[in-house]
Amino acid sequence: MKRMPRAVGLVAILMLVATACGDDGGDTVAVGDCTAGQTDGDLNFYNWSEYMDPDLIAAFETEYGVDVVESFYESNEAMLAQLQSGVVYDLVVPSDYMIKIMIDEGLLMKLDKEALTNYGNLAESFRTQPYDPTGDFSVAYQYGTTGLGVNLTMVGDDFVPSWALVFDTEITSKYPVGVSLLNDPRETMGAALEYLGYSLNDTNIDHLDEAAQLIKNAKANIATFDSDQYDENLVNGEVAIAHGYSGNMIVVIGEAENPDDFVYVLPEEGATLWIDNMAIPANSNAPCTAHTFIDWLLDAENGAALTNWNYYGSPNEAATPFLDEEVVEFYEDTLTAKLEVITDTGDYEINFTDKLAEAKS
Amino acid sequence: MSAVGLRPKSPVERVMASHAGLVFVFFYAPILLLVVFSFNDNSNVGIWTEPSLRWYREVFASAPVMNAVRNSLIVAAISTVVSTVLGTTTALALERFRFRGQRVYDGLVYLPIIIPDVTMAVMMLLFFAQTFTMLEGAVGWSPSFGLGTISLSHIAFNISFVAVVVRARLGQLDPRLEEAAADLYAGRWQAFRRVTLPLILPGVLGGALLALTLSLDDVVVTSFVAGPGATTLPVYVFGLVRRGVTPLINAVSTVMLLASMVLIAVSLGLQRGAGSKVIAAAAPDGDATL
Repeated sequence: MKRMPRAVGLVAILMLVATACGDDGGDTVAVGDCTAGQTDGDLNFYNWSEYMDPDLIAAFETEYGVDVVESFYESNEAMLAQLQSGVVYDLVVPSDYMIKIMIDEGLLMKLDKEALTNYGNLAESFRTQPYDPTGDFSVAYQYGTTGLGVNLTMVGDDFVPSWALVFDTEITSKYPVGVSLLNDPRETMGAALEYLGYSLNDTNIDHLDEAAQLIKNAKANIATFDSDQYDENLVNGEVAIAHGYSGNMIVVIGEAENPDDFVYVLPEEGATLWIDNMAIPANSNAPCTAHTFIDWLLDAENGAALTNWNYYGSPNEAATPFLDEEVVEFYEDTLTAKLEVITDTGDYEINFTDKLAEAKS
Repeated sequence: MSAVGLRPKSPVERVMASHAGLVFVFFYAPILLLVVFSFNDNSNVGIWTEPSLRWYREVFASAPVMNAVRNSLIVAAISTVVSTVLGTTTALALERFRFRGQRVYDGLVYLPIIIPDVTMAVMMLLFFAQTFTMLEGAVGWSPSFGLGTISLSHIAFNISFVAVVVRARLGQLDPRLEEAAADLYAGRWQAFRRVTLPLILPGVLGGALLALTLSLDDVVVTSFVAGPGATTLPVYVFGLVRRGVTPLINAVSTVMLLASMVLIAVSLGLQRGAGSKVIAAAAPDGDATL
């Protein structure tokens, strides 16, 4: 997801190919027509590795008397290519921007909300998103944010949660070890854009230039641009502040020798939110089992069990009372923070990559 | 310690020797580190706390991981055997016979080695999708994606690699040996079975090992042509990285490393076995080859 480079070119090729194949599935939208709790066969579940508690799967199988065959993918793009070629799965878990691509391609089935009796458990703010404006095709599965991990022994308790922590040299020059930024064009240019008061999806090239200049000026105190080791660097004291993903931060801070010395904050100017979603492919063989599975995960206790297992944020509001305290604390700010989902900017996307390279050089 | 040690070394030789040493460190230090850290109790890959078998227990207790291992082994076994046979015959055909369009064929055989993985993956995926649709229309039966499509794809790229390795060996082989066998009234099959095959066996086994490794490693092609329930280990591990690298990956890799080493040892043993009759006659103590 965020770690995977987006194979934009590849997607373009595949789209071309899909049209060339004369696949005209895009015009007629498949619509699920199921009743609550109905099953119509075994479930082929296509998911990310280590994202679903095996005990939950076993519980579902026992309760409904169906088998769940779980297969795993390692990028949204590979999953897309498979569905485009007609490989049949009943439930997939794409990330935000991929949902839009799949809706546009006619690859997703319109959900039958009547069959989703627990839909009301989903937090209001997660029901519709720019990638699925009506919320008809996807149900939020888990989410995470991109923010700053702060070493309190170096930075102190008294700081303003702002992107200034990494971009304002008057602040950063106080930490001899420096700070780290993600080596990701959309995330890092996005952070700079937000600090300047723009949207992270801003497509004004002048604004992007300004953002690149900001990063360039801050570079003296940026120890690394790194997307893999930042969490360990933070805990090992090799950087004072690390720009990174909530999922990794919660794990690494939780496992640190002195977790109280670290805190994960969302900058007040705004930060990135990503959402993975459950969606049913248009060619599913067991759409009703898929609906039942989604509904079952929307149940408060099942939703909580999922989050307590994978430690990502839960969009299931009703699940909150059943969540582990540390997860609740960690994601508490998320619901009040200013957050934005990264949207696909199409051809403009390359500018983020170019400008970040320019800023780093 | 052989005679080389007796001769004084020139500065150039010293530099070369230490360079070789550095290269080995560069190659093997990361592997060694990976093995050591797979026994780390901490769930943070970079921080050593205390030795433990925690991650090995997790590997063997995890149903998805074990299932992925099983899938990987099935695919690797099938694709290795088939591609070794086909690759060897391809190498023989190109090296021993002259036929029309040989040069074109010769070039095409090596194409899968040059083509980028992603391109190959997309082509395979499209090929299967189209073929299945046509089959459906023609005979009303449509196979599905899964271990079968993965195996076929691996065979497709492995043939080239096996052919290259076997051909290198065949190229060094004196064709007069086969002619001599023919002079002694050996049939084509007999000559191949008794003369050619034993002589090219190291190449064939080398090709097979390469095919095995490539099949066990492949992520890109596999993730495109997989089907429900057919996740292989590398695809699973690659998906894990999304949550940050955990020592679970180290443990899985160590197990894989051990398995490959066993396989290589077995194949070396087999090769020695094949040649040992001659050597045993020359060196009765049997240890001479070490």
